Amino acid sequence: MAGAQTNRLGNGGLIDRSEPLNFRFDGKTFSGFQGDTLASALIANGVKLVGRSFKYHRPRGILTAGSEEPNALVELRTGARREPNTKATTAELYEGLEAASQNRWPSLRFDVMSVNQLFAPIFVAGFYYKTFMWPAKFWEAIYEPAIRRAAGLGRAAGVADPDHYDKAWAHCDVLIAGSGPAGLAAALAAGRSGARVILCEEDFAFGGRLLSDGGTIDGLPAAEWLSRTLAELAAMPDVRIMTRTTLFGVYDGGTYGALERVNDHLPSPPEHQVRQRMWRIVAKRCVVAAGALERPIVFAGNDTPGVTMASAMRTYVGRYAAAPAKRIALFTNNEDGWRTVETALGAGLQIAAVIDARPDVSPAHRSLASKGGFPVLHGSVTGVDGGKDGVKKIAVSLTGGARAEVEADGLAVSGGWNPAVGLTSYHRGRPKWRDDIAAFVPDGAPPGMVAAGAANGDFGLGICLAQGFAAGAAAAHHAGHNGKAGTAPVADDEAFSLTPLWHVTGKGKAFVDYQHDVTASDIELAQREGFESVEHLKRYTTLGMATDQGKTSNVAGLAIMAAVTGKSIPETGTTIYRPPYVPVAIGAFAGHHRDETFHATRLTPSHHWAAEQGAVFVDTGLWKRAQWYPRAGEKDWLESVTREVKAVRSGVGFCDVSTLGKIDVLGPDAGAFLDRVYINTFSNLAVGKARYGLMLREDGIVYDDGTTSRLAEDHYFLTTTTAKAGLVMQHLEFCRQVLFPELDVQLTSVSDQWAQFSIAGPKTRDLLKEIVDPTEDLSNEGFPFMGAREVALRGGIKARLFRISFSGEMAFEISVPARYGEAMARNLMLAGKPFGVTPYGTEALGVMRIEKGHIAGPELSGTTTAADLGLGKMMSTKKDFIGRVMAGREALAAPDRQVVVGIKPTDRARRLRSGAHIIPKGQTPGPGNDQGYVTSVCFSPTSDQWIGLALVERGRERIGEIVHAHDPIRGEDYDVELCNPVFYDPDGGRQRG
Amino acid sequence: MRIVCPFCGERELGEFTYLGDAKPVRPAADAGEEAVYDYVYLRDNVAGVMSENWYHGGGCRAWLKVTRNTLTHEISAVEPAAGAGAAKVGA
Repeated sequence: MAGAQTNRLGNGGLIDRSEPLNFRFDGKTFSGFQGDTLASALIANGVKLVGRSFKYHRPRGILTAGSEEPNALVELRTGARREPNTKATTAELYEGLEAASQNRWPSLRFDVMSVNQLFAPIFVAGFYYKTFMWPAKFWEAIYEPAIRRAAGLGRAAGVADPDHYDKAWAHCDVLIAGSGPAGLAAALAAGRSGARVILCEEDFAFGGRLLSDGGTIDGLPAAEWLSRTLAELAAMPDVRIMTRTTLFGVYDGGTYGALERVNDHLPSPPEHQVRQRMWRIVAKRCVVAAGALERPIVFAGNDTPGVTMASAMRTYVGRYAAAPAKRIALFTNNEDGWRTVETALGAGLQIAAVIDARPDVSPAHRSLASKGGFPVLHGSVTGVDGGKDGVKKIAVSLTGGARAEVEADGLAVSGGWNPAVGLTSYHRGRPKWRDDIAAFVPDGAPPGMVAAGAANGDFGLGICLAQGFAAGAAAAHHAGHNGKAGTAPVADDEAFSLTPLWHVTGKGKAFVDYQHDVTASDIELAQREGFESVEHLKRYTTLGMATDQGKTSNVAGLAIMAAVTGKSIPETGTTIYRPPYVPVAIGAFAGHHRDETFHATRLTPSHHWAAEQGAVFVDTGLWKRAQWYPRAGEKDWLESVTREVKAVRSGVGFCDVSTLGKIDVLGPDAGAFLDRVYINTFSNLAVGKARYGLMLREDGIVYDDGTTSRLAEDHYFLTTTTAKAGLVMQHLEFCRQVLFPELDVQLTSVSDQWAQFSIAGPKTRDLLKEIVDPTEDLSNEGFPFMGAREVALRGGIKARLFRISFSGEMAFEISVPARYGEAMARNLMLAGKPFGVTPYGTEALGVMRIEKGHIAGPELSGTTTAADLGLGKMMSTKKDFIGRVMAGREALAAPDRQVVVGIKPTDRARRLRSGAHIIPKGQTPGPGNDQGYVTSVCFSPTSDQWIGLALVERGRERIGEIVHAHDPIRGEDYDVELCNPVFYDPDGGRQRG
Repeated sequence: MRIVCPFCGERELGEFTYLGDAKPVRPAADAGEEAVYDYVYLRDNVAGVMSENWYHGGGCRAWLKVTRNTLTHEISAVEPAAGAGAAKVGA
């Protein structure tokens, strides 16, 4: 049975009493209504204690009614959806909601760690820095785990988030943050002018302060004006108004970030719907009507449950019909705080006293006090008696020195209002001080952004409406819309009349930053220890560094620092404001970019066929490539790969190599262009021929390699490695457009247009004859090694045939339009059946290239020169090319460089592993004698042992030398012999045959 | 940040790749090692208006010369590279 809502008022509020909701907090069942937040529902049930503080484990209640809440943080939901540090003040109530208090053990009311309070003298600012400096091992093993246990915030779910998050773009003329009077007036003006408008409201209901405070606008009750205004905006086709959406950041070029909590108000998102949506909004103009945040006054015991911001108190009473207390005291330094008294009296609550720190109180309020039968005390609150059961007695120091005591079960506090300057300050704008309201107001806002109403430091209802309306009309005008905006809504302005009061000295802890447990004395200590600059103050005390980013604490902290240093608050200055304005889940930033949709997946043209064959795939960049094709009875990958290699070397096999980058280079200057980007010459390549090319970066290091064929006088077909396909295209476009614009050449990426297969092995011709038109001459004379030309296939389609070999065997690569790729794979299997054709994957491809001593990714490591790879002689001396001059620099041409060499273990049975370091034999391994490392290894079926390639100092001069391979990561040490990197068919007779 | 590509219009930063200072000019083949060293390695660390090379790889693949204030990220001009676009220079 749900507990009775003991503190629910009999009538009023914007809750739906016809829709009761049950929820659980710390295992106990309560009830609330649709339209409640978790905080308002807890208040309606008389719950005051909702959490324990971060450092001292002090009992804490609900301080605010909005996203600035530092205290009432809970773990919301259970299981995989459990979300720590959720503000009870913004969590909407739903049927079955489950929440738990944080940072207490074993229970909220009896918390063992609250003994921390007894040690409070040592838990001062800089405590961790001072205490845990030594010894280092103790920090990792003992202090840090203990502190993490003791001072955690909530617990993460610990399992994957089951929900989906979305990302979307939106574009508009005028973006408005906030739907209070200023924001709605801005939307009206901009919308009527014809601008495309987006208005984001953080709350689940539009209206801002109108929902709590009411008022009269254009002679209508606020609620009536609100519903008429929302109806007018809803009828405008180019105006979009969004609830549950927080504008959290401002980025360059008028781009804004907003988080829409699409389904956070439900137990779980409906099927196929997202939990949250991240909006990137591009707006020509932005009106910040984000309002202002009421600020606390720092006094001893100001964190006692039942101490609440005055405006929050009237929000709970007015909007939620939930009484935080039955007998309320108010501590204020301004006129606005008194509105809480009016609201409370109107709701039939008792006022214990008003403690007003100002010298005078208006006659109207005096008469209110005498009518309400409560005293007005001139002075300040110096202490609160209460603890975990909440406020009981309030100690007051009266002006003139006398003391008084007030009995109350709730204390409303108003220290004035701080405009929400976050959004306007995110481009390093420094807000400026305004004396009349004793607060910082926006200055130096990002281009195109203005603040209006309370966000601009102008708090009256009338001026909020007027400023918002003017800002909306001006923004629409700047964006090119000049329709008739009509007249601004009209209302009276309330008095504010504030006398600054930041800190009341007294006995006991007086909190500035509630969430991080930073007290006034911590700030004074920081100053004494030399951390006077606000940026130092922040980091030394952690003031304002909690998840609430100091929304209720920063300005008070600055004021206290200003007081102890004898400077003014504007001289003390503010720290730099940074987005996000409210915490945003990483999941929302990631959107759908997680798990299998983390990035796009590219499939080779023969992918589906390969999958049918049972291929094992490997991720290569975005590609899925067939790694090997296991057959029944094979016990591991090595057995499959070895079979594939043997089949190629003795018969014929094929492999999809479509992932190579492919670029058409066209134009009269195509040859001249390639001469400048490759170290070797291509302008003299005969039509119908292919050539291996190597390109350098301008700093002389090898960039990429591949074969390029000349298909016509003005048409070259260039291939790149799989990994560098996109980057080489970008590089070549840079060369063409920026470095050599005088050349008449065009580049077209055709990587996705061609399906390309390598067909290799002594029976390659036999297989090809079954595929190509019988009139095509495939003989050694008719199609010699490194030949390249278009051929007709049986059936008529055209293919490109290249007689190139990566495996060292007699081999061709055949290209067909990508749409025929899968058919080609099937045809090769069919036509090759008599010859025992074997599909092979990237592993076998790699084995055969190592056997043949061909370089690949591990050797093209971004540190090697052409000479290091044994290709120094390819560098033409007759022409300029990218990287030529730098490749000749002393260190890049030094004789003791690490160069590619072959290795084989002296113990034939030993397995090699790449990454092992090469050390001279007989020496103790260390950085001083590290002579290189193993780059590529494989089991060579041809050599019947493990072989590898390595980069070794002066390696080519040391063929035959036995060196030591040292592998500290795997704990292996063994001897290897340096050898010729070409293990297989060193004369190349097989590929030319 | 948003860049107005002269070929594609205003596009979002994610479509572009940054390369760096557009001022250094690749030295002639006979300029010598010092000149090439300067071109490859020595860069001004400009605090203010700078001319930069950007690549519109997510769009038309044009290289662009973007004039940008490194302090404010304000972009004051975007021009195509000399050889960008399909037409031969001077043709």
